[in-house]
Amino acid sequence: MTAVRVVDPGRLALVHDLGRPGLAALGVSASGAFDRAAHRLANRLVGNDEHAAAIECLLGGLRLALSAGTWFAVTGAWSDAVIVTGGVRRVVEPHTAMRTDADAELYLGPVAHGLRSTVALRGGLAVPAVLGSRSRDTLAGLGPEPLRAGDVLALGPEPGTPVPVADLVPVDPPADGVVELGVRPGPRHDWFDAESHRLLTTTEWTTSARSDRTGVRLEGPALDRVPDRVGVELASEGMLRGSIQVSPDGAPTVLGPDHPVTGGYPVIAVVVEASLDRLAQLRPGQPVRLRLVTGHR
Amino acid sequence: MRLLPCGDRALLAEFDSLERALAAHTTWNSTAHPGIVELVPGARTVLVRIDPNVTGLGAIEQWLMAHLPADEVSGLPSSGPKITIPVSYDGDDLAVVAEVWGCSLEAVAARHVATEWVCAFIGFAPGFGYLVPVDADLHPVPRRATSRPTVPPGSVALAAEYCGIYPRESPGGWQLIGRTTMSLWDADRDSPALITPGTRVRFETVNG
Repeated sequence: MTAVRVVDPGRLALVHDLGRPGLAALGVSASGAFDRAAHRLANRLVGNDEHAAAIECLLGGLRLALSAGTWFAVTGAWSDAVIVTGGVRRVVEPHTAMRTDADAELYLGPVAHGLRSTVALRGGLAVPAVLGSRSRDTLAGLGPEPLRAGDVLALGPEPGTPVPVADLVPVDPPADGVVELGVRPGPRHDWFDAESHRLLTTTEWTTSARSDRTGVRLEGPALDRVPDRVGVELASEGMLRGSIQVSPDGAPTVLGPDHPVTGGYPVIAVVVEASLDRLAQLRPGQPVRLRLVTGHR
Repeated sequence: MRLLPCGDRALLAEFDSLERALAAHTTWNSTAHPGIVELVPGARTVLVRIDPNVTGLGAIEQWLMAHLPADEVSGLPSSGPKITIPVSYDGDDLAVVAEVWGCSLEAVAARHVATEWVCAFIGFAPGFGYLVPVDADLHPVPRRATSRPTVPPGSVALAAEYCGIYPRESPGGWQLIGRTTMSLWDADRDSPALITPGTRVRFETVNG
């Protein structure tokens, strides 16, 4: 069995698979890869099951020592990634499976587009699962600890499926400009006044630097409640990935994969399934627009 | 019951009481629709998450209404598992609770022990159950004005009409009345959470 060694985790590198859904009755959120499409793609590129555990790297800077014959792929945020073998640097193209022909070091430079990169390794990371998942839930403190320099991560057995032959995977890098997220009404939309509803979908919001896997905060105008809901406390109710909860000062936060299972702030709207992965790639300061959508998309 | 919108893959069912919400959660949970991914109970609500590849929101709406428990829900569900939790009643906020309840420190412990509690829902942290009194009339207790940065694991605490036990060390704004050595949460256990929605809880006094 082969293994990889973490030389430098960069700002934050977490192990993730597709999470542990269905445990809300225990108080456990689904967690799992923030950019699920990137996670699935990275695994597919190296012939893994889509659920295999991979590394979610925030802001780049990750440095991994790989042994000879290791297949890997990088998806999600784009950085100037290189693989160094015996002093020779080769560029690592995004969305492309590569194989080390000798012991090598993979380095993800600072991210240029997007925020979170996924690094999948053939075989997947064979770290112990907690409650059926190898995902790090940063809020609950469940699952594998954040990676540290010197960590050695075993890889699972060779998958039954080969590394697919694909010369080009046409995936655009995460957008740099205004990102549009589709939303539909939330359960407490009627707690907010008409002006707040107008502001919600006409404001160019700014992604706050105080965002993480628990939630992405949006900076902009305050969303005010209708007069008879001012100062009213909401009894705790179930939350979703994508729920836009509004704190008493009127600031909206879009909940991420490590959100609390229940919460007490009213949810004005919910980001639709098709837009959820874009949340993972929002950079601090990046503008966001919310668009009311109907139907399935 | 009111069904409230909740994006494109969930509905929030709202009820006029905790009893009705819990009864609906119990019924829906045992009937198990294949398109329902998860039911998340709240204080007056049940969040219904669906798999859009299996079913649609319209179909689930019909199904939820067709599978409502009978109107005359009487009291809280009594079918849940029962546990007894030993507590040392020496919490830092006993005096605050005694003042709110208008009784002595000893009487706070006595009333807490005399009350049967049921877990209504889970939140805040894995294994943190919100317990409500089954039929006692205890005056709601205000949260602390400022949260403590760390509350030790096993702390038994009160806030509003709820009682909760901190499963692990964490920040917390509830009023601490005592502490238990029982493990509320252990991810390596077959049943990681000691308390889940519907669990009936009694407390007993231990000395020292």
